[in-house]
Amino acid sequence: MNSNVKTHVANAIKKGFRLDGRKNDEFRKISFEVGSIFTAEGSAKIIAGESELLVGVKLTAGTPFPDTPDDGVLMVNCELRPLASPHFEEGPPSIDSIETSRVIDRGIRESGSLDTKSLCIKKGELVWMVQVDIVPLNADGNLIDLGAIASLAALRVTRFPKLENGKVVFGELTDEKLKLSEFPIPVTVHKIGNNLIVDPTEAEEQASDARITITTLDDKRVCAMQKGGDQPFSEEELKKALDLAFSKAKDLRAQIAAL
Amino acid sequence: MTKRHDGRSNLDVRKLQAKAGVIKKADGSAYFKIGNTAAYAAVYGPRELHPKFMQNPRTGILRCSYNMLPFSTTERNRPGPSRRSKELSLVTQKALLPVVDLSEYPNAVVDVFIELSETDAGSRCAGICAAAIALADAGITMKDLVPAVSVGLINNELVVDLDGEEEHMNENETPDVPIAMIPSTGEYTLLQMDGIMTKDQVLEALTLVKPALQEILKVQKQALKDRFSEGEQK
Repeated sequence: MNSNVKTHVANAIKKGFRLDGRKNDEFRKISFEVGSIFTAEGSAKIIAGESELLVGVKLTAGTPFPDTPDDGVLMVNCELRPLASPHFEEGPPSIDSIETSRVIDRGIRESGSLDTKSLCIKKGELVWMVQVDIVPLNADGNLIDLGAIASLAALRVTRFPKLENGKVVFGELTDEKLKLSEFPIPVTVHKIGNNLIVDPTEAEEQASDARITITTLDDKRVCAMQKGGDQPFSEEELKKALDLAFSKAKDLRAQIAAL
Repeated sequence: MTKRHDGRSNLDVRKLQAKAGVIKKADGSAYFKIGNTAAYAAVYGPRELHPKFMQNPRTGILRCSYNMLPFSTTERNRPGPSRRSKELSLVTQKALLPVVDLSEYPNAVVDVFIELSETDAGSRCAGICAAAIALADAGITMKDLVPAVSVGLINNELVVDLDGEEEHMNENETPDVPIAMIPSTGEYTLLQMDGIMTKDQVLEALTLVKPALQEILKVQKQALKDRFSEGEQK
């Protein structure tokens, strides 16, 4: 990223402007396309401004972990493929893709919104494995929030495949849907100078001094957090970030619930 | 001639869909869908090539990467490179190389990244079709587009554009010949095969595929026309 662009973004925000004209606490308009991937048991494409991500959910039946014999398995994986940005490279997963995967995974897992006990087919022998794969198609910022929201959208429309003698019959979906009891929504708040903004573009992320991802549930509970960026947050800033995370999550949650 | 399971005749390709300029961060991009097989392609470059020892002072180089997304197959496809994806990246590069002119960009690279979002056979050909549109969208000097499609042999009859069900007939031994062509010269840039055919069948396949390739070419061209007339409409 050109350092002039960074300064430009930071200066504009200092003066109370964002380059695309949004308010500091304003998300880009989000649109979804669900269930369009023929080979996935559940899928969602999310578009917010120029950020576009694809999420596919695969359901397979497999052996549970020995220490949790009656729990299904959730796996969340984000890959920053070089298709989506000139800054992404081919090769083993970058630290950014690992952090994105883990923060999204933690939000869904710790919320308990996916009841892993209900994914047990036969204790100690066979459980459902839910594999969520997140792939940005065009990376223009806020991949954690958008990836998580798209994952929830994809999980919400996921249907179980037919099971025959303990084996999945791929391509034959039943009417039974995967159940999510709640929608854990992450909102990442970025600090640029003395301002807090949400849903940054890639340029804004480059100008960011610090960020905090706060994943919240319906009733004022927090289920996961992650602080990133080089600079620290003050207590006052964290209070504001929490308020922002709760209020923004509310709108986003309603959008997913409406799908 | 018996009808195929989806009602197509032997020479019919599946439903085609193509769009250029779908990935804004890229210098050129495209989406190409044939039946239930869909490919995204993004082109970045010409840009500086690292590692430096790969640079060619006489010309820019073309680098292609073919990848299936984890949810693009019936059973989840484990992320990461495989021998298969590396080979398909190679043959994709060789299929496209003859039509691009990178002589004006010494030491540089043009990267083509192909991601399959859903597959139902014919993914390397779909990838090549998408990549050709994306390269043109990126403004790379090209002498032609490259359409690609496969020809298979079912019940001793040659059929164009196998789908997954057809590919898995005869205990997965349906002979399959993926073909790419430079339409203006009639030259072949991709030719692979698995399974067994007679010499005459191979020669027939090379000819019989042409109308299908023309049809794909038309769709590729239309995608580019739509892309560049967008401005006028708005």
